Amino acid sequence: MTASSNGADHVLRISDLHATVSRHEILRGVDLEVRTGEVHALMGPNGSGKSTLSHALMGSGEYEVTRGSVTIDGEELLGLPTWQRAHHGLFLAMQYPVEVPGVPLESVVGAALEARGAVPADLHERIAAEARAVGVPDALLRRGVNTEFSGGEKKRAETVQLAVLEPRFAVLDEIDSGLDVDALRDVARRVYALAKDRQVGVLAITHYARLLAELRPDRVHVFLAGRIVKSGGPELADELERTGYEGIAAELGIDELTVGRPAADADPFGDPTIGSNPFADPLA
Amino acid sequence: MTAAFTADAARALGGPEWLARRREVAVERLADVVWPTPSEEIWRYSRIDRLDLGRYRPFAAEELGAPGDERAPGGGPWAAEAGKHAGMIVVRDGRVVHHELDPALEAKGVRACGIATCEDDLVSTLIGRASSRSEDAFTVLHDAFLAGGAFVHVPAGVVVENPILVLHWCEGDGRASFPHTLVSLGEGAEATVLDRFGSPDTDHLVDAVTELLVEDNAHLRYLTVQEHGSRTWHLGFQRAHVGRDATLRTSAVALGGDYARLRSEALLTGQGAESDQLAVYFGDGEQMLDFRTLQDHDAPNTRSDLLFKGAVEDTARSVYSGLVHLRPPAKKANASQTNRNLVLTEGASAESIPNLEIEANDVRCSHASTVGPIDDEQLYYLESRGIPPEEAERLIVLGFFDDVFERLPVGALTRGLRRSVVDKLEHARARR
Repeated sequence: MTASSNGADHVLRISDLHATVSRHEILRGVDLEVRTGEVHALMGPNGSGKSTLSHALMGSGEYEVTRGSVTIDGEELLGLPTWQRAHHGLFLAMQYPVEVPGVPLESVVGAALEARGAVPADLHERIAAEARAVGVPDALLRRGVNTEFSGGEKKRAETVQLAVLEPRFAVLDEIDSGLDVDALRDVARRVYALAKDRQVGVLAITHYARLLAELRPDRVHVFLAGRIVKSGGPELADELERTGYEGIAAELGIDELTVGRPAADADPFGDPTIGSNPFADPLA
Repeated sequence: MTAAFTADAARALGGPEWLARRREVAVERLADVVWPTPSEEIWRYSRIDRLDLGRYRPFAAEELGAPGDERAPGGGPWAAEAGKHAGMIVVRDGRVVHHELDPALEAKGVRACGIATCEDDLVSTLIGRASSRSEDAFTVLHDAFLAGGAFVHVPAGVVVENPILVLHWCEGDGRASFPHTLVSLGEGAEATVLDRFGSPDTDHLVDAVTELLVEDNAHLRYLTVQEHGSRTWHLGFQRAHVGRDATLRTSAVALGGDYARLRSEALLTGQGAESDQLAVYFGDGEQMLDFRTLQDHDAPNTRSDLLFKGAVEDTARSVYSGLVHLRPPAKKANASQTNRNLVLTEGASAESIPNLEIEANDVRCSHASTVGPIDDEQLYYLESRGIPPEEAERLIVLGFFDDVFERLPVGALTRGLRRSVVDKLEHARARR
């Protein structure tokens, strides 16, 4: 049950997952299988329910799962409290990492590992090394985690925690938003290395295609209106580039791209034009 | 109402002539004192209506210890916890029973001794300089039964590197004691003073007064720690005078008592004077912790900052009420006041009342106040890393207090004080 024993092949299976917020159905039957060592990209426009998926997996009290199942190696996660899901090997890098004043990253990771019964003696050095790998300065490590960090610094700090906790499966919720080009490359490379060297299974949720160049996903899923409507290899990203989400929707005869509550799921930093063209450079 | 607090009882306390006369004057004033009720703004939300003074009586002179008669625990573990120190005064039930000071400092004119027994004339001229104009009824009662107390004096230009400890122990069921701490720093002097209070689990009334006199260009760091037993009442009045270009950093950690109140006032009397007031408080069980603060600017270019942080559990209550007063001379003054409260259980509550009174021009002033439960998002974030909820809560509460803890003087104590907060949190958990 220790999260770092990724030697064997493990599988995260999401089946027919439905979830609601304030009785409004956001997830409308999600099916997905991720194995350790695989990188999956899940792409969808703002308001399609991507963030809801990540929080429903992690067990946030904001969302009510009404149907379906989420398992790791056949063990059901739904019904477990959030922290126990983490102990089963799930990690969520949040789109908006929360500021916790006075609790530095090392205390967070230390407490997280202690709860799993395994604090490495060289924790401090490991954190320092991972921080260097993604460009987190020492001064940030001394502050409360995420406290007065810039958007990009928060994402780097999430990556440091991911690397040190080394879960079986990492859900990255828009890890790319708020990152500049250099930071995006650092983070994506580190995540790719974790997948390929440490066998972490990665589900990267994004609406920016620019993440995929470095992350090199094995599988790409198009997520519209609360479910996966099309899956494929990396070539699906190329198709998306040509047609946009609307093109895919038209091809599949789907009218609805979003779940009707874009405000609840919108990325305030996102480019409003991204919805129709995921390959536009948001920094251009 | 003051049945046992008679002129005879005050007279019987003995001590030097000037002190006896001082008590006599106060006893006379006592006859006209109007005892407070929660309808007065400064006592609003307090538990003062539950106080029955008739339940307590003062000590007689022969019951109080004398120097050399050391029965207080202060000299023991408390002294050790404070780490390296320059001097120590042990106070039992308001009377000094032991004092010691680095002889090199003694030679420079530094004093750490008893108000009633110190042979320096200075004490009689300095006492009351900050507190005698107090309108607080309990200051009058205090003055009427003042049997002694701690006197710390650092003459002009002398710097005391290590803290001077004042360790108060109060015990005796149905008794009232009147600890006094008088700290005086001459021009350009520097010192750190720890004023620590404790009592066993007895029904005891502590009516304490602290005076901090900081002359021009002097720098005083002061920390008071209150860890009374759960039935003790503590009514603390603390007033500081801060001179030109002088700095005062006061801090308070309040953990114990049934009803424990601290009225902390900083008067910035000289141009360029600065004051920082910090506090950490944690109430559990049926405790009430009550704070009234004043940042009183009476000179130009003065600066004050206040950060009070508290948490309440079980059915505990806390009150923070503070005033920033910028008087007409306080041009270009800069004042800020922040009070933040965590309410950890549904039955607990915290009041927070910041106030501003601005009579000066060209000033900067800010205040902030929050009262609320632990943030769900913070809990979820930590739990998403695999941290169980109780541990996540512990981290958040300690983190909440961290910016005050890390600024406390007497760093040797900080670790133990953090531990005390954790202990209270865990005990409260165990009762749930």
